[in-house]
Amino acid sequence: MEASIETYRKVENKMSEQAYISRDANNFEGQHQKRMRTETFFRRLFFLSATVAIVAVAAITIFIFVSGVPAIGKIGLFDFVFGQKWKPSADIYGIFPMIIGSLAATGGAILVGVPMGVFTAIFMAEIAPDTLSRLIRPAIELLAGIPSVVYGFWGLVVLVPLIDKIWGGGGNSLLAAIVILTIMILPTIVNVSEAALRAVPKSYGQGSLALGASKIETIFRVKIPAAKSGVLAAVVLGIGRAIGETMAVILVAGNTPMIPGALTDRIRTMTANIAMEMGYAFGLHQEALFATGVILFVFIMALNLVLNRMTHRAGDES
Amino acid sequence: MKEKKLKYQILKLLVYLSAILTVAALVWILFYVVRKGIGRIDFQFIFGDAKAGGIWPMIVTTFWAIFASLALATPIGIMAAIYMVEYARPGRVVRAIRFATESLAGIPSIIYGLFGMIFFVTKLGLKFSILSGALTLTIMVLPTVIRTTEEALKAVPRSFREASLGLGATKIRTIVHIVLPSAIPGILAAVILGMGRIVGETAAVYLTAGTVPKVPGSIMDSGRTLSVHLYMLAKEGLSFEDAYATATILIILVALMNLLAKTAVLRLKKG
Repeated sequence: MEASIETYRKVENKMSEQAYISRDANNFEGQHQKRMRTETFFRRLFFLSATVAIVAVAAITIFIFVSGVPAIGKIGLFDFVFGQKWKPSADIYGIFPMIIGSLAATGGAILVGVPMGVFTAIFMAEIAPDTLSRLIRPAIELLAGIPSVVYGFWGLVVLVPLIDKIWGGGGNSLLAAIVILTIMILPTIVNVSEAALRAVPKSYGQGSLALGASKIETIFRVKIPAAKSGVLAAVVLGIGRAIGETMAVILVAGNTPMIPGALTDRIRTMTANIAMEMGYAFGLHQEALFATGVILFVFIMALNLVLNRMTHRAGDES
Repeated sequence: MKEKKLKYQILKLLVYLSAILTVAALVWILFYVVRKGIGRIDFQFIFGDAKAGGIWPMIVTTFWAIFASLALATPIGIMAAIYMVEYARPGRVVRAIRFATESLAGIPSIIYGLFGMIFFVTKLGLKFSILSGALTLTIMVLPTVIRTTEEALKAVPRSFREASLGLGATKIRTIVHIVLPSAIPGILAAVILGMGRIVGETAAVYLTAGTVPKVPGSIMDSGRTLSVHLYMLAKEGLSFEDAYATATILIILVALMNLLAKTAVLRLKKG
């Protein structure tokens, strides 16, 4: 009898021990599961945040198109894009003058701003002593951050009267818009091209110099070609900023919806068209302004695709 | 040979000329505006209301816009950057996110303004309000915050993560306790850069937050930011004096933010 109680106790002890172990194991499993749940939760949260950008681009695209395309349908794509007259009071909506205005102002700014910006970048990356470029760089970075409306205001009070004094015609003009946009995109072009030039391996320049090329020859024949994709990216960024600028351009361009024949003619850009009339437009007029946004959006998206291609190619090369 | 030499001589001259012209033009603009504006700035100008020619309502609105937009954009941007740097594997999803971020950075502000007006102001019925403006600005500054935070996270050495994981910490613990603290100066720079964009924005705010020059009572009220105020002053041409002073305040604000961001990045490099 006693022996059997002994055995029973032993068995009982063993069982409780096992139970204890297995309970502990369960507990460990539970903790592990809890941790895994936390991990999964945060991974999903982070992923969700990252998709906000995709959702935003999709929403912007959809809403701009849905609001603008009906007007293009009513007016007719050809009449809208190539129409020469913009007369909301008579329900005539042609934005060809605005497209030309945007392209002329942006093109002019690129024509002047790109060589100036790239040359300045060359100066800072290759020619200026370190102390000087260290002084100029923060200044240029600061200027990239100055609100564009400040530049526009300066254009209004200094540039417009100056142009009027020299050539007459009031001063509000394509020329004024080009100058303001040039000044606005310069910091961007300088910053990005300088970074591209500095990323060219030192050995390239050294090799060229060792072969007897002069310093300036080395810069233009070796370094610029090597930094080409970065410089091109700077140009595309500049185009994007120039074609999208609104308030600064409104302040200096005169905003008459006419195809400019000379530099001193007034212009209206697509962006100005939207911002100036949105406040009081309704009905088809308002829809036509949304449609102007659609055309601008198409221009910008095409530009982004080009930029995306270019940066990818630059990434593949290295 | 001589011809070639001449060509390069001309190019060299152009390089010098461009550098001088660029720097001179930019510095000229800054000094011109600040010199004309600084004299007008006094206590009354900064703290007075719009009727007295003051800009206090615009300052308040600007800070509301900054605060509300960053309260949304900062957490979303940081979490998105964490996903891209710590979790994502190269593939179609990452490429799509990258493309979306780049596209957002390239969309002009007037398009954001149009979208905000169609979606937040009209569709969601938020009216012309600081909230509509802030939501629009949130999307606008998101790419800046994401990209700069990504750079900051990438700058944290791999060994930090390996050591933490090796000690048995989970991934999320490693990120929260090891990676993020090391990246804080860079993240701070991202936030300040975002602030700069918000302060400088005109077109998008103009179309979503309106132009009412009053101290907003709540986030649902319309308001006028400093940049919009400068635009209105310049467009109406009523007081160029006030416009110069407002432009000066804007320049000082942006310069301060640049300085702050610079100091933050400098600390990141040291730490």
